[in-house]
Amino acid sequence: MSALIEGLFNGISIGSVLLIAALGLAIVFGLMGVINLAHGELMMLGAYTTFVVQNVFKPLGEPWFELYILFSLPVAFIVSALFGLALERGVIRFLYGRPLETLLATWGVSLILRQFVRSVNWLLVISIAVFCLCFFGGMAILKRLSHWERIRNWAITILLFISSAISIALGFLIDRVGTLALTKPWFSARNVDVTAPTWLRGGWKILGFQMPYARLFIIALTIICLLGVYWFLNRSTWGLRIRAVTQNRSMSACLGIPTAKVDALTFALGSGLAGVAGCAVSLLGSVGPNTGQNYIVDTFMVVVVGGVGNLFGTVVAGLSIGIINYLIGSGTLALIFTSTESLKPLVDFFLFFATSSMAKVMVFAIIITFLQVKPAGLFPQKGRTAEL
Amino acid sequence: MTNKILEIEKLTVSFDGFKALNDLNFSMDAGELRVIIGPNGAGKTTFLDVITGKVQPTKGRVLFKGKNLKKIPEHKITRMGIGRKFQTPRVYLNLTVRENLDLVANQNKNVFPTLFGRPSSTEKRTVSGLIETIGLDAKANLQADLLSHGEKQRLEIGMLVAQSPDLLLVDEPAAGLTDEETENVGALLLSLAESHSIIAIEHDMEFVRQIAKDKVTVLHQGSVLCEGKMDEVQNDPRVIEVYLGEPLDK
Amino acid sequence: MSSELNTGVYKQKQRRQKRLIEAGIIIAIAFILAVILPAVLPAFRLRLFGRFLALAIVALGIDLIWGYTGLLSLGHGIFFALGGYAIAMHLKLQIPEGQLPEFFTLYGVDKLPWFWQPFYSFPFTLIALVVIPGVVAGLLGYLVFRNRIKGVYFSILTQAALLVFFNFFNGQQKLINGTNGLKTDTEKIFDLLVSSSAVQRTFYILTVICLILIYLLCRWLTSGRFGRLLIAIRDDETRVRFSGYDTTGFKVLVFAISGAIAGIAGALYTVQTGIITPTIMQVAFSIEMVIWVAVGGRGTLIGAIIGTLLVRLAQTFLSERFPQVWLFFQGALFLTVVTVLPNGIVGWFRDYAWIKARSLFGLKQQLITYPQIEEDPEIQRERDQLTRK
Repeated sequence: MSALIEGLFNGISIGSVLLIAALGLAIVFGLMGVINLAHGELMMLGAYTTFVVQNVFKPLGEPWFELYILFSLPVAFIVSALFGLALERGVIRFLYGRPLETLLATWGVSLILRQFVRSVNWLLVISIAVFCLCFFGGMAILKRLSHWERIRNWAITILLFISSAISIALGFLIDRVGTLALTKPWFSARNVDVTAPTWLRGGWKILGFQMPYARLFIIALTIICLLGVYWFLNRSTWGLRIRAVTQNRSMSACLGIPTAKVDALTFALGSGLAGVAGCAVSLLGSVGPNTGQNYIVDTFMVVVVGGVGNLFGTVVAGLSIGIINYLIGSGTLALIFTSTESLKPLVDFFLFFATSSMAKVMVFAIIITFLQVKPAGLFPQKGRTAEL
Repeated sequence: MTNKILEIEKLTVSFDGFKALNDLNFSMDAGELRVIIGPNGAGKTTFLDVITGKVQPTKGRVLFKGKNLKKIPEHKITRMGIGRKFQTPRVYLNLTVRENLDLVANQNKNVFPTLFGRPSSTEKRTVSGLIETIGLDAKANLQADLLSHGEKQRLEIGMLVAQSPDLLLVDEPAAGLTDEETENVGALLLSLAESHSIIAIEHDMEFVRQIAKDKVTVLHQGSVLCEGKMDEVQNDPRVIEVYLGEPLDK
Repeated sequence: MSSELNTGVYKQKQRRQKRLIEAGIIIAIAFILAVILPAVLPAFRLRLFGRFLALAIVALGIDLIWGYTGLLSLGHGIFFALGGYAIAMHLKLQIPEGQLPEFFTLYGVDKLPWFWQPFYSFPFTLIALVVIPGVVAGLLGYLVFRNRIKGVYFSILTQAALLVFFNFFNGQQKLINGTNGLKTDTEKIFDLLVSSSAVQRTFYILTVICLILIYLLCRWLTSGRFGRLLIAIRDDETRVRFSGYDTTGFKVLVFAISGAIAGIAGALYTVQTGIITPTIMQVAFSIEMVIWVAVGGRGTLIGAIIGTLLVRLAQTFLSERFPQVWLFFQGALFLTVVTVLPNGIVGWFRDYAWIKARSLFGLKQQLITYPQIEEDPEIQRERDQLTRK
């Protein structure tokens, strides 16, 4: 009995990680039909933010350091949200209506982000700052010209070229004369560790097994995020607008809802949630440039199973995938059947899948089977607008 | 019994409890040209969706030539002889007019015959004939996305005919056309009606009057409100009420 | 009427001429690839180039389903790896009767797993490396397409399938040596060492031949009615269904063909790399395959080949010199191709550069919008009437 409860708890805790990671993805996908392959990297960004906040709080001493995780949550949310906003304004908004291209573009962003955290140092930051200054400053000046529209394409090309030349030259220059402090990578390619504050270490003993506090914290965090998102979508003005655009974009535009703003806001919200998820994930183990990659495919499956534009579907899908994954992967299912001799082949069958990687094979098979019955997910949209 | 081409019995379609079609009964003889009118949201397009298999009925059944269409996929229904023209013209924009028609005129639409077969001479003749009928011979080798709206409309009707269906479903063929084009399409429909059964859905009353030689059916809130000759329908007080609201002086 | 007949004959002549030119170009390229390059390049570079050509074959397969049919597969690594593993298993079995490939003994396996048995036979292996990926692709495609799952959903599912296969191959040491993969370089084929230069050169020539044959196959598939149907499915699948075609069958077939092509490419790639490991099924590699097609220009077969070669050459160059920059560059490549060059290099050349170049040489610009204005009989008649007045 206690084994089953333990399995259930662990399953729910895996499911809640999946859920918090998938939440932002599901909102963005529901609203814009965009699958963000950089979502995992936004999580990673959140995790790294947590790491930085931790390092800032370290010198402050005991009472403060214990609370750093509470501060890092909003910071991670804001950092990821800002990056998501930039991503939406800079890339994704040009690609609406072309979901497959968006997929590729976000993959490109994810590659850049991964390499960025590996090699980020003061030099790179300075170069990027100089580039932005030259490029956007130049744009702002040139835009005042009366014949801007005519020279637009040429001006942007030349500006792009000049700005990158300046920043690269500056980079080389600093590289020559600069000290090691400037060129030393901040994080390097190695994983970094976030130490949980003491009150999150250890666990709560009940019924003969231990519930780690970190896991409980993540479950609580997921619930809070869910409630927050639910409240935001269903009770606030912008939430109403988001839901309106989700259902009928062109009609909403006609009614005066600024759909571009809604898109940007939603994307920022989704990205921010990814940041929070990253913060949660950092409590579970060390964080590296490839952290995000471990989560994306699983979270996509949550979105596919949950169906589009339905928060409840996402919750059910996230939890059930988490639980099934754990039950199969830990061999609990095999354990259940061992008592009866006649089920020997079944036990062998489940034992074959009783590793975390083989469990994924099984879960995928289950998902594909599930999609044969319900191709549009748990709660499909209905009506004439659903297709076409 | 046999001369009924389409019979619909107690058809109900509901989306999440909303009944787009409600207990609808309908039948139509072979060779008839039936016009269906009705205010917005009356369920006209859903009606076509059900016949063509795009939407499955919640209750009731659809009989085409006496055969139940339940659970038959769209392409099989099409092969049984029901052709459909969509509200907005849907042609393959990246193919030329001739290629568009050739795809539809293909006699054997299974995978391997399409892969290995070459267009037979009859098919080629059908296509050339059709191009002339719809008046696009000068633009036969032009990509369809370069055609004007009216030309696309004509091309799609041509594609419909190329399937040589027994029953044509035409959804608002006159939408967005100029008066002259509308009249051309009307004439085209009338000439098609000599050899096919047609269901046309339309808003434009002028156009309806032009083509409604047989019966007109009025849909309202998912069921048939009334049915009859154009004049009868036009003077039916219920129809007037649905379209114009309650009369003031009562 | 007679004018139409004339133009018909003229068009046929033109078409035949075009075909001749194309055949000429193909033969010329084949000659360069198969005869001149082996003579010029050192063996090590040639082997590298052979691998690129093998990758170009996958790109053709991806172009077939993405460029023409509009299905973005992020899981072609599966089929690629299946082909590679098939040939590697055959090579691993080039040992005296009764012995096991050496890695089995490490895990205490004393009997050859059943599915290894048929790979003793060379003809079976040849068939298997085409058929197994094809069937797996067909099956996966059938399960997905029959429920009308399409677009992004399809892409994500293929990606998940890829991860699943990766996990499976990675985790099963006792069956296929898990993470370590299968090394082919030290094995023998027809009593010759696989890594010896003569064998490698043969593989290179074989790759060139396969590339050309598969190019012709794709050419044939996409040019006729079948190809037009694929484009129609890409543009408006619902409409195709209402025209009486069962689109599921077509999509399954084309996905299976694409998978089989990837299998062939995988086999050729493996023997020229010397090893196959599950890393070939990493998520990133399969997405890279898509970007090769995107760079070259999807919907054009030649673009797929050009794109692959260009990107791979750039990758070799950059990761040899500046290993840090490569990921940045690749990321930027994804972004720019998608936003600025949606039709790829070939598309850009066709839509823009070609016209510019023509006008540079003072040639008449081809009218694109309404080319038939000059030939339109109605307009001719009106013009005649006007001039007569």
